[in-house]
Order: sequence, then structure tokens, then C-alpha cells
Amino acid sequence: MARILLDPTGERTVTERTQLPRPAALDGQRIGLLDISKPGGRVFLDRIEERLTREGAVVTRYAKPTFTKPAPVDLRHEIATNCTLVIEALAD
Amino acid sequence: MSETATGNVSSKPVLPDGLVVVVKEECECCRMVAPLLPRLGAAVYTQDDPMFPPDVAAIHDADLAVSWHHDIETVPTLMRIENGEEVERTVGWLREDWQRITGIADLGAELPVMRPGCGSKSVDPDLVDSLRARFAGDVLKARHIEIADLDDEMEVLFDRGFTDGLPVVPPTPERVLRMLEGTTRAPDEVVAVVPPDLVEVTVEKIAINAVMAGCKPEYLPWVITIIEAICTDEFNIHGVLATTMPVGPVIICNGPGTRAIGMNAAGNVLGQGNRANLTIGRAVQLVVRNVGGGVPGGVDRAAHGNPGKISFCFPELEETSPWTSLAVSRGVPEGANAVTIFPGEGPRCVVDQKAREPEPLIRTFASCLRTVHHPKLPLGFDVILIVGPEHARVFADAGWSREQVLDALHAELQLPGSEIVQGAGGMAEGVPESLRDATLPKFRPGGILLVHAGGGAGLFSMIVAGWANGATGSIPVTRVVQA
Repeated sequence: MARILLDPTGERTVTERTQLPRPAALDGQRIGLLDISKPGGRVFLDRIEERLTREGAVVTRYAKPTFTKPAPVDLRHEIATNCTLVIEALAD
Repeated sequence: MSETATGNVSSKPVLPDGLVVVVKEECECCRMVAPLLPRLGAAVYTQDDPMFPPDVAAIHDADLAVSWHHDIETVPTLMRIENGEEVERTVGWLREDWQRITGIADLGAELPVMRPGCGSKSVDPDLVDSLRARFAGDVLKARHIEIADLDDEMEVLFDRGFTDGLPVVPPTPERVLRMLEGTTRAPDEVVAVVPPDLVEVTVEKIAINAVMAGCKPEYLPWVITIIEAICTDEFNIHGVLATTMPVGPVIICNGPGTRAIGMNAAGNVLGQGNRANLTIGRAVQLVVRNVGGGVPGGVDRAAHGNPGKISFCFPELEETSPWTSLAVSRGVPEGANAVTIFPGEGPRCVVDQKAREPEPLIRTFASCLRTVHHPKLPLGFDVILIVGPEHARVFADAGWSREQVLDALHAELQLPGSEIVQGAGGMAEGVPESLRDATLPKFRPGGILLVHAGGGAGLFSMIVAGWANGATGSIPVTRVVQA
């Protein structure tokens, strides 16, 4: 007879999401730049903002309160509401 | 002849109105009362020999369902049932009780006044786990994993990624139900939401992982409380797990319960050899791994990690401490059981075999504490200082309180800006040049956690360095252990 063990995991069912189609052009896109608040992230994002703006995108800057915690729900919601694309500066 | 009691295994069998007696042939007290039973007109349930007692049409409680569901702990048990409800019960032979419950004034007049009964088969240590699984197993909601006959269950657990790299105890329903006996909390109670996958963890899931870690049931309340504590926004187990730094939850236990469950606060306190110390810490990390989904190479991005990420849990040596306990100093009532969780790396030793007065020992501690993560980095990290008994005696002899020790350490750990600016001492690391004329404390107020623990011989103490502190990172959390 088969022995039974109990599953120690969260038994999570993962929602599968497909990637959005790649935008044809940056012109007119509303792009959020998310700084996770690690040292040096701003340097990277300043340069990205400069280039994106030149391409005609409208850039909004966001920042996590601390790099050690996931972005707060409100911040995620705000970005999702206001932006068509988001770029995250991951670390220093 | 006897018949066999049958029914749905998880529902309580209904007893007939009138007198009910539960016996087993193996019990001398049951054999002594057996000749009285034909007079009673009682429903008699026999646990072992279906032909016992003679001269009575006993019902064989073959699967012990009646005994289990009616909490029979001793045989013989005599009960009186009215309208399906038990209204009276006596266990063993107490002549007065039996006469009163049966209403037969001269019942057993020839027998002694009392004779203790025997243990019911339903509480036989060899049977109780399987009976609990059979009759109470429906409280378990976790998905079943079937292990085929030819599979090695230890290897299956490795293959499925459920272990920390060491073998685990296979979490059978029997073991998990026994583990759940260690808490008064319901198995389906949600204890916390565990990062990084943000999954609700129930008491049952914690019990499963505690079994795997090797815990005893009496450790479970500690594990549950620790899971609650690490899953707070203050402690931030998400960040502690995800960081590239080599930290994990370091657990300091306080209170008389640490002695009751056999934790070791003395020799080799941070080392191997004590089941409670090691398995409590391990269970916590298995919950983070299995329920939260936090695995090395996944969200756990540690560059090096440290061996304490398998388990790092120890009690304070309170009995011989010259100071109030860590938990009491953090607001826990005296005598309560509590845990304090700290995001820490591996421990290292402070040697000072010469100091016999507090001041030089403080300077030794300060000198070593200054090097935490980098001697030129102030304020960013907290620390645990585990003072060994021989070092603590130096303070005890001088009458120094916990507060005096901490005040002296903080006073000694004021860093001149000129020594810690970037480039000073030929080292690039450090604070900005603008702070050259400032004096900065190595640790923030409250950033040193003082603990007394270790063996009685050895003029040593231990340092456990922390991680990004305060609201940016992690704040140590202290919680009272709930049963």
C-alpha cells in the first residue's frame, strides 16, 4: 500500500501571465521609472529618463520607500494606473 | 458471542441509554469486576478479547472507535447514558461509585473498596498515533503525497525540493497529528502570510514542517510564535531572505519554557547537540522555504549565506545571569516565555583572558564590535553581544547592570569622522567626506542586544552582526509565546 506524506508547501497555484506585446514605438508612451532606493539607482534612471524623453515618451519617476521590501500595493496600483510601461532600477 | 462495533470512523458512535461499561481482558481490575456485569444489564464494550467478559454479550470495540471517541483512558470505565448523553462516569473500581451509578446498593460488596484500573488500549502509546490519524485525521487539509512502495521516502523528499539539504523526517499524518497535540490552536488557523510568495500559513502547515525539522510537539508553540514574529513588517523576512548579505533569522528564546523543553543555554550553546535549539530554528527556515517559497538561487540571493541559515536558535542562560533577561528588557513580563528575532550572520568569538575589571573588558568588546561588517561603517547595523558566563562575572562582581554595560559600550563606540570617512586608513569604504568633523555612534540607541549564554569555562563572548536596521531593513521583534 502506498504511504502517505503531507505536502509541506503552500500548495499555491501560480497564475500564468503572458507578456504584453512589445510596443512599436516609444513616442507617446507613458513610462514609469521605479527607483528601488538602492544607492546608484538614480544615476542609472536619470540617464534612461533623458533618453526616453528624447524619444518622445512621457516619463514619471517613482521610488520604493526601501529596497528591502516589496513595493507597497498603493505604489504598484498608481504605476499600473498611470503608465503604459515601467522600468525598474534593480540595484546598485 | 459478541458483535463488532462499526460506524463512520470520524463520527462519534452513539452509546445506548442506560449503563455502559468498557473493559479489556488483559486488565486485572476488569477481570475482577467481570462477574458483576451480568447483573447490570449494561452494554459492555470489550477492547481486546471478543469473548470477554464471559456470560455477557459484549460488543467488540475492535477498531477502538467507541473507546477513542468517548475518551476512554482507563478500563474499566462505567458510564450512565441518558438521551444519548453521558451523565455519569467512574474509572477503575470504586465500590461506592459503582453502587451509586448502577443503583445496586450491595454491588461488589465482597470486593475491596477500590482498585485502580488499567490504561485503555485507545491510549496505548503504540497505537495512539494511528488511532488519532484514523479518527481525527479529517482535521488535516494538506494535500496528500503518495509514496510508491519502491520509492525511498527520504529521497522523494529531497527530489521534491522540500529539504534544506539535510534529510528530513517524513511528515506522515500520524506524526503531524501528534505534533498538533503540542498546541491549543486549531489546525486550520492562519498564523501569518509568509514571504516571498505571500502564502497564508496554517498551524497545520507549520506542524508539517516542524515534523520534518525533527521537532517534538512541545516545541510547536515556539515555532508558531517565531513564524508570526518573522512575518511582520518590522522584521521583514522578505528582505532578510532576499538580501545578498549572509543573514538569516537568529532566534533568542527566554523564559522557564526553554528549560521545560530542554533547550541548551550553556556549553556549546550555539553549536550542535541539542534537539530543541536546532530543530526549532530549522522548522522556521523550512516554513520560509516550503510555504513561503524562499529558496537559495530564487528569491534568496545571499552571496555567501552562513551555516546559521539552516538553524540559529538558542536560549538565554537566565539562571546565572547577572542581568535582567533580554525579553524582560524588551518589555516582556517576568516569567513569560518569549522569542526575540534578529536578522543575523554567523557568530564569532571575542577573546579577553586578562580583563578582571569592567572597563578594560568594555574596551575589548567595543574594539571588536567596531569591526561589525566594516570598522568604518557606523549606524547601519545592529548587533547581538552574547556575553559568556566568565566575562559576565567580571560585571557581576562589580555590580554592573545591563543598562550600565550598554551605556558604557555605546560611550566607547563613538567614531571620529576623520577615522571613518571614505579613503581614511587607505580604505575606500566609509562615510562621506562631509562628515569628517562629526562624531558618529557605531550603533544606534538600542542597537546592541545583550544576551548571557555559554559554558562555565572560557573567558570568551560572541558577536552576531546584523543587517540593514530600522525601517529601511529589519527591526528585531520580541513576542510572547502562545500555547
